[in-house]
Order: sequence, then structure tokens, then C-alpha cells
Amino acid sequence: MIAELGLAALWLAAALALLQLLLALGIAKGEGAKAARPLALLQAVLTLLAFGSLIAVFLRTDLSVALVFENSHSAKPWLYKFAGTWGNHEGSMLLWVTVLSVSGAALALLEKRISEKMLVASLGAQAALGLGFYAFLLFASNPFARLNPAPLEGRGLNPLLQDPGLAFHPPTLYLGYVGLSVAFSLAVGAMLTQQVDAPLARAMRPWVLASWIFLTLGITAGSYWAYYELGWGGWWFWDPVENASLMPWLAATALLHSVNVLAARGGLRSWTMMLAVVAFSMSMVGTFLVRSGILTSVHAFAVDPQRGTFILALLAIYIGAALILFAARAATIREGAPFKPVSREGALVVNNLLLSVILGIVFVGTLYPIIAEALSGEKISVGPPYFNAVAGPLALILVALLFVGPLLRWRSDRRPLAKWILPSALTALVALAVSFAFAPGMSLLARFGLASGIALVPASVMPLFGRSLKRTPLAVWGMVVAHLGVGVALIGMASDSAFTEEKLTVARPGDKIQVGPWLIELAGIAPVAGPNWTAIEAHLRASRGGGAETLRPQARTFTSPLTETSESAIHTAWNGQLYAVIGRQRDEGWQLRLWWKPFVTLIWLGGVLIAIGGLIALAGRLWREQRWGREAAE
Amino acid sequence: MKPKHQRLSLAVLAIIAVAAAVLLAMWGLRDRAAYFFTPEEVAIGKAQQGAAIRLGGMVEKGSIRQRTDGVTIDFVITDGSHDVPVVYRGITPDLFKEGSGVVAEGRMRGKTFVADTILAKHDERYMPPQMGNEVAEHAAVKTVQQ
Repeated sequence: MIAELGLAALWLAAALALLQLLLALGIAKGEGAKAARPLALLQAVLTLLAFGSLIAVFLRTDLSVALVFENSHSAKPWLYKFAGTWGNHEGSMLLWVTVLSVSGAALALLEKRISEKMLVASLGAQAALGLGFYAFLLFASNPFARLNPAPLEGRGLNPLLQDPGLAFHPPTLYLGYVGLSVAFSLAVGAMLTQQVDAPLARAMRPWVLASWIFLTLGITAGSYWAYYELGWGGWWFWDPVENASLMPWLAATALLHSVNVLAARGGLRSWTMMLAVVAFSMSMVGTFLVRSGILTSVHAFAVDPQRGTFILALLAIYIGAALILFAARAATIREGAPFKPVSREGALVVNNLLLSVILGIVFVGTLYPIIAEALSGEKISVGPPYFNAVAGPLALILVALLFVGPLLRWRSDRRPLAKWILPSALTALVALAVSFAFAPGMSLLARFGLASGIALVPASVMPLFGRSLKRTPLAVWGMVVAHLGVGVALIGMASDSAFTEEKLTVARPGDKIQVGPWLIELAGIAPVAGPNWTAIEAHLRASRGGGAETLRPQARTFTSPLTETSESAIHTAWNGQLYAVIGRQRDEGWQLRLWWKPFVTLIWLGGVLIAIGGLIALAGRLWREQRWGREAAE
Repeated sequence: MKPKHQRLSLAVLAIIAVAAAVLLAMWGLRDRAAYFFTPEEVAIGKAQQGAAIRLGGMVEKGSIRQRTDGVTIDFVITDGSHDVPVVYRGITPDLFKEGSGVVAEGRMRGKTFVADTILAKHDERYMPPQMGNEVAEHAAVKTVQQ
């Protein structure tokens, strides 16, 4: 019953989306525009109902639903029954569509700054997006399909997904991915109604910021999840699935900066519209990459090429239509206020160009293997050597821009800026000199990454100097915190790549192993059991001078499906992490792989700081607008 | 500068940036893309000595041998008709076992493939898409027989 209810809700939501699209197409006659908001709200209610139904059948382990049979098991802990709802193709696409319609509803409910005509057009664009993905769900990936007769037991969830990370990472990432659809729809609505101006940018800005915060958090969480779950000690693999989330983030970061130029100075109008289209297009490209099965990936879960064709067709239609609209309307978009090359606008243009180039490099590197295979049949894979060598230096130039850009004034800046830049530049030089003296063997990228990361700490707070701290807008504080986060993350990345120490060995109980400053003793090996797994657990005692820390890495065997995984054990110290993995039993003892990773935690701390910066800026923007709104009303 | 001219120059900059991205990417891909090889391609000498490549196939039944240091293994990657001996130092991934699909990253040294990484696949139903259909069918038959 519940499954049928969900399916019916989905069909009904699709019908409403069609209605909403027709409504938007009819706005020229000015009819029924008032229905647009309720339609968007109702759609969100229906998709939430459908999604809730799917969660319910998963929680009850209703095995007559094919999806539950294939991906769940009655003996699974409830958290994974719940999160397992989106740990598969159909469920995750339903989550995608749910977020899409909820974004549309939020737009309908909260957006009061733009004209009614533009809102109807934007909601129409949102409905058009929805329709395609409803069709995809209903015709190509029905999550509610039944099995008759119902099997007695399910196949279980992939053990690597049985982790608390599954409850947090995909929904966060999807909120970011799909939240960008609002920016896309607003841009389409503005181009259709020819109102590309500063008020539009102020309306678009909070949506971009919110999506970007979720994307940042989602990527950070995903990176940490892969770091401890895969047991390889790496935090970023330049894997297609990771790139799929990085590309929308790069585009959203560029959009976040250009939308500010449009909001504050009325400049970069066409460019901002283009970026809004590109950002959500990258979200769809990401979905295509992850869900089509076209790429080999360490994160690729059960995938299906036929569905890829469907998403590819949707992609071509939406991106194509948006670009045609852009080409048709670009000439009608007015020029913004002029500015000198040395100005805030100028710096933001360089920021946008660099981010776009990095995006292009990641895009080409990610899709090149597909294109090469289609054209010449050559099988190619592109990995870290390419991305680090080509995108790395550009990212460092972008970081160097952070020393100067935030200090500049709008329009034109002729002040002597040397005294503001000098402290950070000196810090960078000292850090470089120290690194040459104490770590001569560092790679070029790590050395410059470390130096610029350290120098970014003073550089990021520099825009606060000479300001009255009380009167500094929250948006500026947000910028400072986010840029500081970039510096912190950079230090972590450089430190991990340059100073990590690794030991691969075979040990018997009682053996002692030295890794970095730590002396680690294998105290014992014992079997342990969990709700749906059994494991061999190593008991490691790690010490460096003072008291001992305990690490318990496991080699787990899950019963359904029958799979072995390794659970790494991590001890977090103030200055880094000790990371331990247990391998297989050999005649000589147990395989152990140990890493000491100085300051590796700064990578994710930096990511969180970036997101917090976004949050502060968002709060500042919303608060300020509310105050203005009240004053305007009075 | 007039607003119109400014817009034009910005548009030109944007186009230059896109072109630069593509050129940089192409330059980077020229010598940094790792090629994917099947055992057959390695057997006929397609893989360059010492170049970073990926080798994909099945782990031959009964081929895994442990060396005395406890962390190095030798095994054979096969596509059914051609074999490539592989040596790997490290902990093998969870789904690495005889008779299942594998993708190894590394370099050819003489007749032996020295692997730096063995790619773990999250899903036991997983089959590398780049592998020939022959292996996939071989595996499908095996699954049915089980």
C-alpha cells in the first residue's frame, strides 16, 4: 500500500509540474499566475510524501518492493535501513527530485524581491527541470516496483556504504547540487522576462550561497568519509565521482563572486547569467557521470548504461535550451557600470577566469576518457598526475590573488597597497625559506601550497584592518572566515602530501613498530562481532613519550551480502592523525599498514571553515535585507 | 573605456580563458593520461616499458603467491587467453580474490607488471566497463554456474 501511495504521489507531482510549465508558457496572456506558487508548494508536498513512503518501506524492510529486496536486509541496523533509502540508484534519484521540488517550493514561498512575472517564468523553468527527472524516475528507474512473489530475505546493502557517512553525505551534497537549480531557473526567468539587473542578483545571491555551503560541506564530508572508509590513507583521488562534485563547486564559487559584482555594481551581467546556467549544468553532468555507469570509479555503485542515455538526453535538452536562450537574449542584456582593471571588479574577473579555467581542466580531464574511447576506441584513464600538474599551479595563482583582491575598492583603486600586502608576502617568503632549510625534499606544489597557505592566514584577515570592527558587515566577516579556511585547508593538504610517514609490515602480538614519532605495539588480535558482521580486531597501543593511545582497526566480514571490508582506526592528536589498517593473516603474522599524517585534519577543518564563512555571509545578507524590507514597508 | 568596449574586452578575455583551459588540458593529457590495457594488448607488446598504465582483467585461479616478507604478492592477470605476471607490495583490497575482476595501476618492467595500486571495487557485481566483452561473458557464465 505504502509503495503504491508513493508512486501515485510521484505521478501526481509530475502532472502538477506539467501544469506549472503550461502556466508559465501562458504568462504572456497574464492568466492564472497566482496558481504558480501553490502548484510549486503542492509538488514539494507530494514528492516529500513519495520520498517518505520509500523511507517507510525501507524501514519496514518490505521485501515485495524490488528496490528493498536488492538493497536491504532485515538484520541491518535501523540507521542503515533509513539511510539505505538513498544508497542506491532509484532512491538517490528520488532524493534528487525531492530536493528539486522542495527548492522550487522554497523559491515560491520565500522569494518576494522579484517581479511576479519573473517568478512565474522561473517556476516554469524549475517545473521543466522537474518534468524531465520525474519522467526519468517513472519510466526508467521506478523506485516502487513490486516483486511477486515477495522474496524471503533481501540482498543487503553494500557494506562500504554501511557507515554513518551515508546518512549525511549524499543528502548534503544533493542539497547543494540541486539547490543550484534555483539559480539556473532564476537566470532563465530573468532572461525570458529581460530583467537581468542588480535586484535579480540580490535575489539570486542567498540561493547560490546556501547551495554553495551545502556543496562545500558535502564535499568535505565525502572526502573524510572516503579517507577513513577506503583505508588507503588518501583524502582525494581525482576520481570521476569526486570531480563530479568538484565541478559544480568550482562553478558555484565563481558564480558566488560574480553575483556580488552584479548585486553591488550592476556589472558582469551576461557573465553571471552564463555562470548560473553552467553551475547547474555541472550538477546535471555530475549526476550523469555518477548515475550512467560510463566511467570507472572507485565510488561507482551498481550502475546501468541505458539510464545514462536518458540522463544524457535530458542534459542535452536543458543545457542546450538554456544556452540558446542565452544566445538569443545576450544582446538585450545591458552593459554594467565600467571599472578600471585595478579594482575589486577587476580582481573578481581574474578570480572568475581562473576558476573557469580550472573548471575547464577538470571537465576535460574527466570526460576525455569517454570521448577518446568513443572516437578512437582507445582506453584511457586520467588520474592525479594530470590534475595536480595542470590544475595545481593555477589554484596557487588563485590563492595569490587572495592576498590582493579583497583589499581593493570597487570601480578603481589607486591607493598604494604595498603596506597591506607586505606582511602576507613576507610570511610567504619566510615560510618558503624555512621549508627549504628543514624539508629540502618537498615537491614544488606542496612547498608553494604550504607557504601560500600559511601566508593566507594573515592575508585573509587583512581586509579587516582600518575598519571599525563593530560596523563591519557580516558578509565581510564571512569572506574573511572563508578565505582563512582556504589557507587552513591548503596547509593540511601540503603537510599531508609532504610529511606523511608510512609503514607496511607484518607483525605478531608483542611486536613494536616505529612510525614517525609514534612507537606502536601490537598488543593483541581478537575476534569481535557486530549486528550483521564479524571481524578480526587488532589492539594497537601507540605512544610517543607520554601515555598510550589505543587503536582498534578491524577486518570485517559482512554476512549479507558476503563481503570483506577493512575498518581503519584513527587516533586524532592535536598535530595530526595516526591511521592504522589491518590486512590479512600470513605465516609471519598480521599485515599492518600504518600512517602518521601531520596536520591532515586541517584539510577538513578548512572545508568546515569555508562553509561557516558562507553561513556568516548568508546570515548577514538575509538579516540586512529583512531590515531594509521593514524600513521600506514603514 | 566605454561600457560597450569593456564588455567586448571581457568577452574576449573569457574566450581566451576557455581556449587556455582546453590547450592546458590537452598539453597535460599528452603525457599524463594513463592508458588502459588488457592482457592481450600487453602480450602483443602494446604497453610501453616503464610508462604508467592500468591493466585490467581477471585474477587467475591458483596464481596468488605470497612472498616471505608477508606483504608482497605475485599473481597473474588473465583475459582467458593471455596472461601477465604481476607483483604488488601492499595490502590487497577487500574484493581482491582469485577468479574475480581486477584493475591494477603500475608499470611494465620486462615481462612483469609492477603494480603500485590495486583498485578495489565497492560492488562485487562490478565489472570494469573497459574490459572486453569476452571477460564479461566469461564472468556471466561463471555466475550462472554458481
